Amino acid sequence: MTVNTTTAAPRIAAQELSLRYGDTPIVDHLSVHLPAQRITTIVGANGCGKSTLLRGVARLLKPSSGTVTLDGTDIATVPAAELATRLGMLPQQPLAPEGITVADLVGRGRHPHQRWFRQWSEEDEAAVASALEATGVQDLAHRSVDELSGGQRQRVWIALALAQGTETMLLDEPTTFLDLAHQVEVLDLLRELNQERGRTIVLVLHDLNLACRYADHLIAMRSGQIVAAGTPEEVITPQAVSEVFGLDCEVIEDPLSGTPLVLPRPKDTHPHRG
Amino acid sequence: MVRRSELLPAGTRVLGPRGVSLRIYGPAVLVGGVFTGLALFLAMLSITLGDFDMRLRDVPAALTGQASPLVTHIVVDLRLPRVLTGLGVGAALAMSGMLLQRLAHNPLVSPDIIGINAGASTAAVSTIVVVGGTALTIASGALLGAVTTAVLLYLLAYKQGVSGYRLVLIGIGVTAMLTSVTSYLMTRTDLDTAARAMFWLTGSLSGRGWPHAVTIGIGLLVFAPLAFAMARQIRLLQLGDDTARALGGRVQLARAGLLFTAAGLSAMSVAVAGPVTFVALVAPQIVRRLLHERVVGLLPAAACGAVLVIGADLIARTAFGGTELPAGVITGALGGPYMLYLLARTNRIGRGG
Repeated sequence: MTVNTTTAAPRIAAQELSLRYGDTPIVDHLSVHLPAQRITTIVGANGCGKSTLLRGVARLLKPSSGTVTLDGTDIATVPAAELATRLGMLPQQPLAPEGITVADLVGRGRHPHQRWFRQWSEEDEAAVASALEATGVQDLAHRSVDELSGGQRQRVWIALALAQGTETMLLDEPTTFLDLAHQVEVLDLLRELNQERGRTIVLVLHDLNLACRYADHLIAMRSGQIVAAGTPEEVITPQAVSEVFGLDCEVIEDPLSGTPLVLPRPKDTHPHRG
Repeated sequence: MVRRSELLPAGTRVLGPRGVSLRIYGPAVLVGGVFTGLALFLAMLSITLGDFDMRLRDVPAALTGQASPLVTHIVVDLRLPRVLTGLGVGAALAMSGMLLQRLAHNPLVSPDIIGINAGASTAAVSTIVVVGGTALTIASGALLGAVTTAVLLYLLAYKQGVSGYRLVLIGIGVTAMLTSVTSYLMTRTDLDTAARAMFWLTGSLSGRGWPHAVTIGIGLLVFAPLAFAMARQIRLLQLGDDTARALGGRVQLARAGLLFTAAGLSAMSVAVAGPVTFVALVAPQIVRRLLHERVVGLLPAAACGAVLVIGADLIARTAFGGTELPAGVITGALGGPYMLYLLARTNRIGRGG
C-alpha cells in the first residue's frame, strides 16, 4: 500500500502552533500538514502532546500563538456552527447522557445543521439513517447506549461524527479500552469511510503496528514537537522508535500488509541460546 | 404537517410546514396538559373559595361586569391578581430550577440552594429594615439583590469558564454568608419590622395585587422565551464540553445564558412573592420522574410549578380556619420531606436524579 502522501493537498495546516493548559506549555511552535482524503495517524509516548495537538486543531483549545487553517482559512475566524459542519472531532472518552438511545445520540450530531425552528428536517433523518447503516449499528437504533459493548459504543460515536456530515473527522484514541478484535473493527470502519466516502481522517493511536497498517500518513511526536512525518515506511525505523518512545526494537515488514512491524527487543535476550 | 420519525425517541412527532420542523414529544405534551388543567382548576377553586364564598358561574359574570359590585371587586381586584401572581411565580420558579439543574448536571440544585434567592432575601430585608419601604420598593430591592448575586456567583465561579460543580459549591458558600447577613439585620431591628421581614421571608401571595401579577407577567414574557431558546443548548451540554464544542456549541456562552436566565426568572418571582421555598427544586424533579430523563421538559415543569404554588396558597388560605398562613410554609412543609426522600434515593442508587 503505497499512497503518495506528499502530493495530497493539505486539508489542515498548523503554523507555529503553541498550545498550553494554564501556564504549562504542551505544544510549542509546531507546524504540521494533514493531507486531504487520507488517513493520518499521530503516534507518540504518553504526554507527548498528541491529544493536545488534536484538540488545538479542532479548536477545543485556543492556541496561545500560531494558527490552524482548514482549506486555507484560519479556523479562528470561522463561526462555531459553520466550523462544526466542516470539521468533526470525537474526544477521547465522550460522555453519553444516561439512558439515551443510539438513534437519539447519533441524532445529536446534527446539531450544527439545526436551528430553533428547524429541529428535525428530512435531511437530518436521512443523514442519521445513513450514518447508522455505515457503522453497522442500525439494528441497535432503539437500544440504550448504556447496554452496548465497548466496540458497539465506539461505532455509535463514530456514527455521531458521521451524521455531523463533515469532510474531516478527528478522532482521539478511538480504540482505547477495546480488545484487539474491536480495535481492528473500528479501524476497518474508518478506512472504509476514507476510501468509499473520501473522508479525511486524523486519529491519535497508541498501537504503533496498527497505526502503520492503517495510516497513509504518519506523524511521530515527542515533547510537543514533531519528530518525523511521512509514510509509515519512511517514519518507522528503529532509530525513530528509539527516539520517540525510548524503545529498543527491530522493525520488520508485516508479512500480511507489507507495512512496518515493530518488535520490541526483549531485555534479557539470550543471543547464544539455541 | 406532522411527520413521524423512525429514529427519534418513541412518541416524538415532527411538526411544521416546509423548512420548519419542530419536535413535539407526546408524553411531555400530555404531562404539561394535565398540569395546566390542574393549575387552571385550582385557580378557579381559589377564586371561588375564601371568606366570601361564591359559585363558579359568578366568576365569568364578574369578569364581564355582570356581577354585583362586591363580587366584581373580590374577583377582579383581589382574588384574580393573586391567583395570576401565584401561577406566574410557580412557573418562573420551576423553569429556573429546571435550567439550573440542567446547567449543573445535578438534580439537587435550585435558586434556593445556590444563593440567588438568598441574595434577593438579604436585599429585601435590608430594604424593609433600613428604608421601611412599600411593596414596590421591597420588590425592586429583591430584584436587585438577586441579579447582583447572580453576577457575583458567575464572577466567583469563573475560572476559564464556569463549571456546574464550582457554581454549586460557591453558591452554597454565598448562601451561607447572605443568610447570616439577613439574620444579623433581623436581630438589629425592632420586633414589628422583624415580624414584617419574617413574613416576607416565608414567601407568600397574601395581599398580592395587579402590580405583582403584571411584574411576574413581564418577567415571564422576557425570560421564558430565552429559557425555551436555551433548551437546544441543554441537549448539547449533556454530551460534555468537548463534544458540545465539536458540534459547534459555545459552551461558556450557553452556561452564562442558562445561569442568567434562571437568575432572572427566580429574581422576578422572589421580588413579587418572596422566596417560596422548594418549588424550584421539586417541580422539575416531579416532571423529570414522569417524563423521560433526557427531555428538557420546561413547559411541563412550569405548569407543575404553577400547580404547586397555587395549591399551596389555596391550602394556606383556607385549610386553617380563620388563620391564613404564608404559602411558603406549605411548600416548605411538603417540600422538605420530598427533599429527604430524594437524598435517600440518590444515596441508594448511587447517582443523581
